[in-house]
Amino acid sequence: MRVISLQANDFELFDVPVQFAQDRAQLDARWKALQREAHPDRFAAEGAAAQRVAMQWSVRINEAYQRLKDPLKRAAYLCELQGAPVQAENNTAMPAAFLMQQMEWRESLDDTDSVQGLEALADTVSAEQRRVQQELARLLDEAKDPAQAVGQVRALMFIERFTQEVNAKLDRLT
Amino acid sequence: MALLQISEPGQSPDPHQRRIAVGIDLGTTHSLVASVRNGVAECLPDDDGRVILPSVVRFMPGQGRQIGFDAVQSAATDPVNTIASVKRFMGRGLQDIADRSKLPYEFIASEGTAKGGMLSIQTVQGPKSPVEVSAEILATLRYRAEDTFNDDLYGAVITVPAYFDDAQRQATKDAAQLAGLNVLRLINEPTAAAIAYGLDNASEGVYAVFDLGGGTFDISILRLTQGVFEVLSTGGDSALGGDDYDQALADAAMARQPALQVVTAEDKTLLKAAARAAKEALTTTDTASLNVALSTGSLSAPISRADFEQATQALTARCITAVRKALRDAQLAKDDVQGVVMVGGSTRMPQIQQAVADFFGQAPLNNLNPDEVVALGAAIQANQLAGNNAAGELLLLDVIPLSLGIETMGGLVERIIPRNQTIPTAMAQDFTTYQDGQTALALHVVQGERDLVQDCRSLARFELRGIPPMAAGAARIRVTFTVDADGLLSVGAKEQISGVEARIDVKPSYGLSDDQIATMLQESFTTAQADMKARALVEARVDADRMLLATRSALAADGDLLQADERAAIDAQMATLQAAIQTEQDAKALEDCTQALAKGTEAFAAERMNHSIQKALSGQNIQSL
Repeated sequence: MRVISLQANDFELFDVPVQFAQDRAQLDARWKALQREAHPDRFAAEGAAAQRVAMQWSVRINEAYQRLKDPLKRAAYLCELQGAPVQAENNTAMPAAFLMQQMEWRESLDDTDSVQGLEALADTVSAEQRRVQQELARLLDEAKDPAQAVGQVRALMFIERFTQEVNAKLDRLT
Repeated sequence: MALLQISEPGQSPDPHQRRIAVGIDLGTTHSLVASVRNGVAECLPDDDGRVILPSVVRFMPGQGRQIGFDAVQSAATDPVNTIASVKRFMGRGLQDIADRSKLPYEFIASEGTAKGGMLSIQTVQGPKSPVEVSAEILATLRYRAEDTFNDDLYGAVITVPAYFDDAQRQATKDAAQLAGLNVLRLINEPTAAAIAYGLDNASEGVYAVFDLGGGTFDISILRLTQGVFEVLSTGGDSALGGDDYDQALADAAMARQPALQVVTAEDKTLLKAAARAAKEALTTTDTASLNVALSTGSLSAPISRADFEQATQALTARCITAVRKALRDAQLAKDDVQGVVMVGGSTRMPQIQQAVADFFGQAPLNNLNPDEVVALGAAIQANQLAGNNAAGELLLLDVIPLSLGIETMGGLVERIIPRNQTIPTAMAQDFTTYQDGQTALALHVVQGERDLVQDCRSLARFELRGIPPMAAGAARIRVTFTVDADGLLSVGAKEQISGVEARIDVKPSYGLSDDQIATMLQESFTTAQADMKARALVEARVDADRMLLATRSALAADGDLLQADERAAIDAQMATLQAAIQTEQDAKALEDCTQALAKGTEAFAAERMNHSIQKALSGQNIQSL
């Protein structure tokens, strides 16, 4: 039988393969199954020490779930586990072509004031997001090249930031 | 009292002993207490068969108090001392109460504390904090439950609006403590409603709970699957409710007769009551009349339903805006929502029913009593938390409603925990010093969605001192926010290089300190002191026995986890406690003795718990799903 400790990594804790590709429905089901065992509510009648320990586990399970279900966080975590930390704050160098595309998107965001226009832009961005995620799956799961994947993780960070800005502008218009 | 009982997963610690646990809906307009009896949750009635307790407390000259219906009767004649809708003041400062000129009370800013402390209300019995007033209501419900069962309560689940911030939650927990209640959990009102609704209807899928009460509005989006109530997002307004509709209606009526004015406290109370009556009439009829005799003359204004809708259009629009935002936060579209459950008396208003139906494109669900559903859900959860429903399938995965962060340079907020995170949760962020040789760091904890500190709610300030002098930017200060299953925050700060630490349970700026609570408790117990003493000793003996029993069974099951010296220390403490039960006449001394054993076995309890969870989790694998 496997033994799980608080130090287990997210994949071990959730008993899922250590890879980028994940089945979201499986993660959701597993999250709930684990919380059923460890949530402080299960031990509400059992005193302060029990509550504290249960809370530690419950917090840890939530933390792992947040990271595993989010493709960007999951990719960054995998890179780090495999010895290639992303270090986003120290390293923002990106390929010229990528930066060109970002500038075009930004101009387009500034120039667009219609809901339809913004939604079209959001669609373009989300297509690119999916493409980068597929590339990450290839680099991490097939090529086993976390060092290369780090560049794609940074690209995904830029894309997510931009998506938020598009959504914020959409929120203001609707 | 730390109980050490640890049961096998899925088994009750003591199947023969049923613990009495209740759910309490502490509402703006009225409050209820419910409990699970014979497997069914039901609201407990008072001696006259009424389940509703109006959330109104009147302080009378001397010691006397009226609570509930009696207090409502007195509101018109003694408005200044008759506190209604106190929930709107919980965890709030004077500056937070926008419409206080329209209320009959004399508000006072709290003395002594930093700006932003909780307000009080001047009464004939002196200043009363909203926590004390709420405690009166809770204590009344506690006595009702104890009378019903003719037994002491084990604990209570108290509901709070999902959109309550940390200060409001803490104030509610303080009030419960003051009322002598053991709080098993604070749970969110829409989540409680979803439990009652979901279990009743065996529902699965995504549901929205639209909860418009007397003073607060919540919208929660939940996914229900096999007994798991997962909150996907929550939103609302903790100062929007039926009271505001009453006020809008009153304002509209007053505008018809500009010569009239609202002058006295009596005027304010009478006008409010008349407006509420007119509002309630308009639920079933197309026109009603708002009639009230004010000190400046008589007001008689016919109001049509259309007039009412128009006067409250902006309020209803605010509700729908919050619904839209909650859906966006859940990353769902309207069509994903299978049903909209209506909760709270104010959802009876036709314009609310209509607005919700129009927005979602489906008729809202009204098949549960909107007044009772929250208390019933809380009772079901209380029953499970008390360990009475060992095979319970119920699991709540709730979220925090508002982001939590810390003030950084320039009055900006750095978010540490974003809103709608599943609780319990802990998140950390590293900060550094601004100046060379800086040895202390002031931390200001805030809650809210805005970028500027001044636009967020200030929760607490504390300092990390003793940082060794380093160049600016060299220190690594990790600030960790922990939100527990009640949704309450505690904050820790640790300088990573030197290991210097500071932590705070977020409480001081709005809540009561533990000392204040102790003093209030003592004051409220000055009467019937002899009784109290005898009873306290009996309770202390029961607790001591329970502690010994639990320790013995823990030792029998897992004694091998202990080293010989650890075992000897626990054995010695057990012997001391055993002797004290026989001889000790002072309740406090006996409690201390029990506490000593609880403390001495804490590490052992934690170790056992850890083993138990590890085992349960290890047994959980994909194949078993």
